[in-house]
Amino acid sequence: MLQDILVTGLVNGGVYALLAIGFSLIFGVARIVNIAHTAFYMLAAYCFYALLVKVGLGFVLSALIAVGGVTLLSVICYRLVIEPVREHEAAVLIATIALALIFQELMLLSFGGSYLGIPSTLEGGVRVLGVSISYQRMLILVVAAVMLIFVWFVLYWTRLGLAIRATANDLEVANLMGMNVHRVAMATVALSVSLAAVAGVVVAPVFVVDPFMWLGPLVTMLAIVVLGGLGSLKGSLIGALVIGYVEAITVFALPSGAYLKGAVALAIMVVVLLARPEGLFGVAFEEER
Amino acid sequence: MLRSILAFLLALAAPVVLAQSSIKIAILGPMAFVQGENHWAGAEMARDEINKAGGIKVGGKTLQIELVRGDTNEIQSVPDATNAMERVITRDKADFVIGGFRSEAVLAMQEVAMDYKKIFLGVGAADAKLGENVEKSYDRYKYWFRASPTKSPDLFRTLMAVLGSIGEQVRTGLKKDKPKVAILAEKAAWTEAIVKGVQATLPKMNMDVVGTWQPSAVATDVTAELAAMERADADIVFTLVSGPVGISLGRQMGERGMKAVAFGINVESQKDDFWQAAAGKANYVATLDTYSEVEITPKTIPFVKAFKQRYKKAPTYTAATYDAIMALKEMIEKEGTTNADRLVAALEKSEYVGTGAIATYDKRHDLVWAVGKTAGIAVQWQDGKKVPFWPPQLKGMQPFKLPSK
Repeated sequence: MLQDILVTGLVNGGVYALLAIGFSLIFGVARIVNIAHTAFYMLAAYCFYALLVKVGLGFVLSALIAVGGVTLLSVICYRLVIEPVREHEAAVLIATIALALIFQELMLLSFGGSYLGIPSTLEGGVRVLGVSISYQRMLILVVAAVMLIFVWFVLYWTRLGLAIRATANDLEVANLMGMNVHRVAMATVALSVSLAAVAGVVVAPVFVVDPFMWLGPLVTMLAIVVLGGLGSLKGSLIGALVIGYVEAITVFALPSGAYLKGAVALAIMVVVLLARPEGLFGVAFEEER
Repeated sequence: MLRSILAFLLALAAPVVLAQSSIKIAILGPMAFVQGENHWAGAEMARDEINKAGGIKVGGKTLQIELVRGDTNEIQSVPDATNAMERVITRDKADFVIGGFRSEAVLAMQEVAMDYKKIFLGVGAADAKLGENVEKSYDRYKYWFRASPTKSPDLFRTLMAVLGSIGEQVRTGLKKDKPKVAILAEKAAWTEAIVKGVQATLPKMNMDVVGTWQPSAVATDVTAELAAMERADADIVFTLVSGPVGISLGRQMGERGMKAVAFGINVESQKDDFWQAAAGKANYVATLDTYSEVEITPKTIPFVKAFKQRYKKAPTYTAATYDAIMALKEMIEKEGTTNADRLVAALEKSEYVGTGAIATYDKRHDLVWAVGKTAGIAVQWQDGKKVPFWPPQLKGMQPFKLPSK
């Protein structure tokens, strides 16, 4: 059973990490709580499905258009919906919830409520320690690692990254130094949503595509970023693995309580909020900005 | 001025005139989802057939059927379902209500329909509580009838009958005296009694229960559960799932190359789209079902063919709204009235030969269970085709297959 937990937890943790990195990034550097983050993930999955299954474009072209299209949409949404209310955190929260619900209803209207399946990018699988893992899940692990390295590279080795970090550190001083803080925030939103879109393209083939597929991951994402520390990429990665393992342990140790795995993740979130509000690697609220 | 008064009076009179020229039947279901689509499609077929033939004869008059579409959104929200029921009764003035799918929602919808003393023919929910209400408080709940499917305990009897035959096949095919069964049931009201029954009954049928896994009804990933079942060396995965987890189960079992065979109730696998949704990996997944091109009654094959021709896909069990409307028509014509109390008495004594069942009702207004009459059929996905295999005595059944070990 131990090897099952080790392998299953790692693979599921990789799936969560891919989703959590972008969510954490946008909060960490732009202080935007983007509830619509997983809705963009859902949109990318639908877009990928439509292009791959309905239109018949190949995997690569479908993936590129899906990621590019959803990223572009996020920029438009930022300019039209988030930017005008960005100074008011509660308003941003409400606006992004509204965005997510609009996307959900649009997909329901366009594709109906049927559950759709996307073919795997990579067929087949391997057995690790006697546990079978599909290549698609291995791909998710690899993509999660690549994305993390990519984000780290952008943040620490490019001028854009420098601007993002400076803006995150002190928005007003960055503004006074001549930085276009709105453009930096927009770039951050684009980067973050592109990660969600990549997750949609890579993760959706192992799940099911439906208009409500953004809700479950959103709750898990919140648990992960609170556990790892709001805004900490390293924390998100570790938080994702912890939640992946906790869920695997719940299923293996308490089979008839498998439905509780989501509740266990949320319970961890509540405990962390009470005991260590800044999470494992986050910045304490009172020290913000 | 006089013209305005006349127009006003005409407007007031219009609903009365309309009410006299038609019988309004509200079809309630989650219309954005396949269950609701089939509720509506079955009802449309019945309406068109009846109206084309002139309508329903009631006491010397012939009335056309008018359908009212009630989107319950019950998969997402129970309050939405009760609101839809309230709306079709109070605003749309429906004479009868038919449909419902999710037991939790139908229990709440039942209360609203009973408040208004409206005949509610359930087509979709299996929870036994719906019928128990009739027995406990007959005067209030007598307007409820379960047109399809049979109640959970009867679904359990059907499941055990099919599982017994699959168990035999595992014994002979795999040379295992005691097949190992893993139970995978979503956490929902309708599965509770069945899970307890299966856990208690399988050992008596000389089968081992290696574990019970209960994911959330909206789960989309069961890899951890399947890994545990593989580790337990299960031969049969007994499923009770109505949501997306049914697709993930089929797909992920295929991806893992599991040698166990899945059988039970898997609502998603009853649909034609299941094979595509599971990316073509759900071979050998089997489920109870209602419709196939087999002769359950003389009406089954013509109905399934006509449905396929019209909607380009096979009907699922909620398309039994067709039978509900046809049975209602028969009772209204026989009694010569739309009076609810008189129709209740008539339905209680009726035997209606439908497209998916031969329906008679017990004191709880539940269908009387019988193999070949109301127990339905079982089907298995074999290389992209849904193949009916149980009950074997029906014309058109084919062999059940086990994955090669």
